[in-house]
Amino acid sequence: MISPGSPPGSSSQSPRSPSAPLFLSVTVTDPVKLGNGVQAYISYRVITKTNLPEYQGPEKIVIRRYSDFVWLHDRLAEKYKGIFIPPLPEKSAVEKFRFSAEFIEMRRQALDIFINRIASHPQLKQSEDLRTFLQEDEETMERARSQETGIFKKKPTDLMQIFKDVQSMVSDVVLGKEKPVEESNPEYEKLKHYIFELEDHLAEAQKQAYRLVKRHRELGQSLADFGKAIKLLGACEGDSLGKVFSDLGSKSELLSIKLQKEAHNLLMNFEEPLKDYVRAVQSIKATMTDRANAFRQQCELAETTKLKEINLDKLMLMRSEKAVEAEIEYKELKAESEEATRRFETIVKLMSEEMMRFQEQKTADLGLAFHEFARGQAKLANEIADAWRSLVPKLDACSPSMCS
Amino acid sequence: MMGPETHPGFGSPPREEMESLALSDYGSAMSSRLSAVATAVDGGDPPLSAAASSSSSFLDPPSYSNVVFRSLDGQNDATPDRPSLCRDFPSHRSDRAAASEYASIAVSDPQKEQDAVNSLVPGGGAYVTYLITSRTRAGGAEFRVRRRFRDVVTLADRLAEAYRGFFIPPRPDKNVVESQVMQKHDFVEQRRSALEKYLWRLAVHPVIGNSDELRVFLQVQGKLPLPTSTDMASRMLDGAVRLPKQLFREGQAGYVTPQDAVQPAKGGRDLLRIFKELKQSVANDWGGAKPPVVEEDKEFLERKDRMQDLEQQLSTASKQAEALVKAQQDIGETMGELGLAFIKLTKFENEEAVYNSQRVQAADAKCVATAAVKASRLYRELNAQTVKHLDTLHEYLGLMLAVHSAFSDRASALLTVQTLMSDLSSLNTRIEKLEVASSKIFGGDRSRMRKVEELKETIRVTEDAKYCASREYERIKENNRSELERLDRERHDDFLSMLKGFVINQVGYAEKGANVWAAVAEETRGYARENNKT
Repeated sequence: MISPGSPPGSSSQSPRSPSAPLFLSVTVTDPVKLGNGVQAYISYRVITKTNLPEYQGPEKIVIRRYSDFVWLHDRLAEKYKGIFIPPLPEKSAVEKFRFSAEFIEMRRQALDIFINRIASHPQLKQSEDLRTFLQEDEETMERARSQETGIFKKKPTDLMQIFKDVQSMVSDVVLGKEKPVEESNPEYEKLKHYIFELEDHLAEAQKQAYRLVKRHRELGQSLADFGKAIKLLGACEGDSLGKVFSDLGSKSELLSIKLQKEAHNLLMNFEEPLKDYVRAVQSIKATMTDRANAFRQQCELAETTKLKEINLDKLMLMRSEKAVEAEIEYKELKAESEEATRRFETIVKLMSEEMMRFQEQKTADLGLAFHEFARGQAKLANEIADAWRSLVPKLDACSPSMCS
Repeated sequence: MMGPETHPGFGSPPREEMESLALSDYGSAMSSRLSAVATAVDGGDPPLSAAASSSSSFLDPPSYSNVVFRSLDGQNDATPDRPSLCRDFPSHRSDRAAASEYASIAVSDPQKEQDAVNSLVPGGGAYVTYLITSRTRAGGAEFRVRRRFRDVVTLADRLAEAYRGFFIPPRPDKNVVESQVMQKHDFVEQRRSALEKYLWRLAVHPVIGNSDELRVFLQVQGKLPLPTSTDMASRMLDGAVRLPKQLFREGQAGYVTPQDAVQPAKGGRDLLRIFKELKQSVANDWGGAKPPVVEEDKEFLERKDRMQDLEQQLSTASKQAEALVKAQQDIGETMGELGLAFIKLTKFENEEAVYNSQRVQAADAKCVATAAVKASRLYRELNAQTVKHLDTLHEYLGLMLAVHSAFSDRASALLTVQTLMSDLSSLNTRIEKLEVASSKIFGGDRSRMRKVEELKETIRVTEDAKYCASREYERIKENNRSELERLDRERHDDFLSMLKGFVINQVGYAEKGANVWAAVAEETRGYARENNKT
C-alpha cells in the first residue's frame, strides 16, 4: 500500500545529484506451492527494481519463502534497536488454512507491505541484510537462514550478556530489589499507556471488521438461497407473475455473488490494514522492551562502574599491587557503561522520530483503508439498488388479477 | 428491537453514544453535506434529520421510487383510533377489507382472571381475557366484549363444522409449552397480536366474515353463546356406551339419519359409523372393486396437486425468507458495533493526541463511525419493512392448513356417500336373501317377512341419508372450487404486492446507504493513490 516510489525528498540524500531520483521498488508476487506433504510450503517471487548503486542491475528476481522473511525481520530487530521494525504476518497455526487461497493472498499482501516498508525506511533500507535478502541466490539464502537459529549460534559476548542478565536478576531478587529499574519519564509513561490502549482499540476495530466480512458472506449466502426458493415458488404461479418471480430470484442470486466479492474486498482492504496496525503496535511494544532492557543495563553498568571506582580509589590509597589490574578493569567497565548509555540514548532519540513517522503512516494507511471501505460499501449499495430497481417496471407491468 | 449490546472491556454505554453522535453532529461540515445530499435526493422531503429517520417506522425512500411506493400505501385511512392492523394493507387488500361487514377489529387490554370454581392446584384456574373492540361498517356501531382463548377455540371449531369446504383461516395455536416457558408478558403480547390477525382474517373472508358465529363472538356480551366442543376422549366414551346397542339392536339404532349424514363421522359419537367408514376407506384403497362414487373431477385433482406443490415451495421460501431477515439483522448489528469501535478510537486519539496526524486520523475515524452508525440504522429499518412484506409468505403457508382441511372435508363427505351406498347395496342383498329363503317355505315365513319390512324401512331412511350426503358432498365440492379460485386470485395480488414492496424497499434503502458511503469516500479521497500495489 505504501508506494516506495515516493518523492526523492524521503530517500537518502545522495551527494551526486543525478537527473533521475533514486528509487527502490519491491514486489512480492506469484505464490507457488512447493514440496509435498508435511514439508510443503509456499514460495514467492520477489522482484526488485532499483537504480541504487549498491544493487546489482535495474531488476532482480529471487525466490523466497516465509522463513526467509522471518530471518530478515529478526536480523533487523537485532541490529536496529529503537526502530519499529515493520511487522510480519503471523505464522499459521491451523493446518487446514495454510494453503487456502484466501490465506495465501492475505499473507502475500502482508509480506509485500512488509518488504516495502523496509525499503522505504530511511535507516532500514540501507541494511546489508536487506540487500542479501533481495539479491542473493536461494542457496546462499538458505545457508544464512539456517545459521541464525538457536542459542548455540550466538556469539560468546551475547552469551555472557545473557548470563549477566540472569545473574543480576537473581541478585536483585536475593537483595530484595524485585522491581526492575524503570525510567521515570512522564512523557514516556504517557506514551506507554497510549500504545497499550491503542492496541486494544485497534484490536476491537479489527475484530468488528472481521465480523462484518463474515456477515457479508452470510447475507450473500442467504440471498442465494432465497433467490432459489423464490424461483421455485414462481414456478407454481403462471404467466407474467411467474416470470417476475423468476427474474427476482435471478437478481437475488446475482447480488449474492456481488456480496461475496465485497466481502473479499473488505477483508483485503479494510480488515487486513487494521490487523496490520495491531501488529505494528506490537512491534512498538517490542521496541519498548528493548528500551527498558537498555535502560536497565545502563543503570546497572553505571552502578557497577561506580562501585569499581570506589574500590579502585581505595586500592590506590593503599598502594596495593592490585591497583593496576583494578584500574584496567575499571577502564573497561567504564567504556562498557558509556557504550550502554550511548545505546540507550540512541534508542530514545530514534523512538521519538519513529513515533512521529508511525503516526503519519498510520493516518495515511488507515485513511486509505477507510476510503476503500466506504468506496466498497457505496459500490455495493449502488449495485443492489440497480439490480432491484430493474425489476420495478416488470412488476408494474404485471396486472392485478381480474375480479370475477 | 435489537437486544442489549455488551462490550466486554469497553464499559461505556453503547446506545446513547450512537444516538447522541448522530444527533449532536450538526455542527460539522460532514453532516451538513450529508443532509444536503439527502435533501436533493429526497426531492423536497424534509432533510435527513435524526429525529425523523429514527422514529419513522415507514420507509420514505428517496427518488422516483417514492411515487411508486406511495401509490401502494395510498389507501390508508388516517383515523387516529383505528386499530394498528389496517394501516399495513396495500390497495387490493384494503379493497377486500372494504367489502367486509366490519370496519375494524382490535384486541387489547389483557387481564388476568380467576376461575372461581375448579382449582385442585392452588393458583390454578387463572386465565387471561382480552378486550375485543369491533366496529361494523354499516351502522358504525362499536362493540366491546371480553373473551378468553378457550372461546376462540370454540369459535374456530364451530366455524369448521358449519363451513365445510371453505378455506377457513387457521386459528392461533394453543402453544401449551410456550405459555409455560416464555415470559408471561411476551407470551400474552404474542397471543394478543395473533388473535387480532386471526379475527381480522375471518372478518375479511367473503363468506365467513358474514357468519353468525363471528358476529356472536364479537358482539354478544358475557358468556359466548356457542356450543363448546367436548374433547375427543369423552366423545369416544359416549360412543363406546352406545355401540353395543347399535350392534345388537340393529334395526333401530344401526343407521345414519339424514341430519347426521351431513356431518362428518369423525367428530361425532357414532362409533359404528366411524368403523363403517373406516372399513369403506380401506376397501377403497385395497379392495379390488372400484367404489360406487369416485373423485372424478380432473380439474380438482390437478389443482390439488398444484396446491401440494405450492405448499412445498412456500415452506422453503418461508424458511429462506426468515434466514434472509436474520442475515440482514446481523449485518446491521455488526455495522453498528463497528461504528461504536471507531467512535471509541476517535475519542481516544483526540484525547491523547501528540501529533497533528493523530487529530486527522480521529476526524477520519469519526467520519467512518458516523456512516457506520447510520448504515446500521438503515439496515434495521430495512429489515422491519422486509419482515412486513415477506410475512405474506408465512401467511399463505398458514393458509395451506385451511386448504388441507377443506379438501379433507370433501374427502370425508365423499366417504360418507360411499359408505351409505355400500350400506344400501348390502341391505338390498340381505333383503334378497331373506326373500329367497322365505319363498322356500310354504306360506311364507312370517318372522323373515317382518325382517324384510324392517330392512325396507331402513333402506328408505338410508336412501334419504344418502341423498342428503350426496347433496352435502356436491355443496362442499362447489365451496372447494370457488375457494380455489378466490385463493388463486388473491394470491396473485398479494404476491405481486409482496414482491413490489420488497423490491422498492430494497431500492430505497440501498440508495440511502449508497449516499451515506459516497460522502465518506469523497471525504477520504485524498488517501487514494494511483499506483495501488496488488
